[in-house]
Amino acid sequence: MYAALWKLLPGGKALKILQVLLITAAYVFVLFEFVFPFIAQTFLTERSTLD
Amino acid sequence: MDSIGIAGEWFLTAGVLIGLFLFWYLVLNDSIQGENQKQSAVSLLRTWQAPDYAPQDDPSASNARPTSLQPPVIDSALEGQAFALLYVPRFGDDYVRNIAEGVDLDTVLNSRTLGVGRYLQSDPLGADGNFALAGHRNSWGAPFGNIGELRLGDRIYVEIKQGWYSYQFRNLEYVWANEGEVLNSFPRLKTEVPDSRVITLTSCHPKFSEAERIIAYGVYEGWYPRENGPPQEIAELVKGVN
Repeated sequence: MYAALWKLLPGGKALKILQVLLITAAYVFVLFEFVFPFIAQTFLTERSTLD
Repeated sequence: MDSIGIAGEWFLTAGVLIGLFLFWYLVLNDSIQGENQKQSAVSLLRTWQAPDYAPQDDPSASNARPTSLQPPVIDSALEGQAFALLYVPRFGDDYVRNIAEGVDLDTVLNSRTLGVGRYLQSDPLGADGNFALAGHRNSWGAPFGNIGELRLGDRIYVEIKQGWYSYQFRNLEYVWANEGEVLNSFPRLKTEVPDSRVITLTSCHPKFSEAERIIAYGVYEGWYPRENGPPQEIAELVKGVN
């Protein structure tokens, strides 16, 4: 899977490494900013209040 | 690549994702959201300080004392909006959080800017009775993450535009989630106590569980009018945001 993705990236090795870093940063940003908060809010929020 | 290799890559990916989530949930989320909540509180504090407000050069020289003046009663706050600030030095030298009206999860307790809310059924700030607050003990900024560390005599300050209310921590109690009587005006008492003001902080217990609730009680100590300066214990923090 990762080998195939590596081959899909255009340019030389240095450019590919740069693209991998950018894609990883964007991926982590989306996870931290949107995906993880949604999961925590939906499934993991503990009620700290009294009934 | 054979199927085992592909499955191995998927498992590795899943493991990294789970690790990232745990890191975010247990470490990053609290620190980022806690800082957001603090900065929001600082912004509110700045709006209360007059343009010509000049804190003392040496906050430790503050000689402000709690007065026996009748403190203002705040009973007109809008639900979901910050109306006061909470300082608990035991939670950290730079600990300050907004106090919002209501304890709705989406708009207050899980908010990136609020985090601490007043139970609508509790008494207003400054009035006789019980001013009761809720906050998460872990995740969402964990504003009450260190509630179990409170010690007898620790101060809890609540700031409004006109000054500071001071409370002294008395004791902790552990209750079931349905024991709402801790929010009564005079918790655990069968009769009213005139001129009695208490603050009650509630959170979940144990951490990462909602099986029980941890309750921290503080008793009202006095009122610091703004013109006399802030309580010495938080003077540096108040000065620092100017």
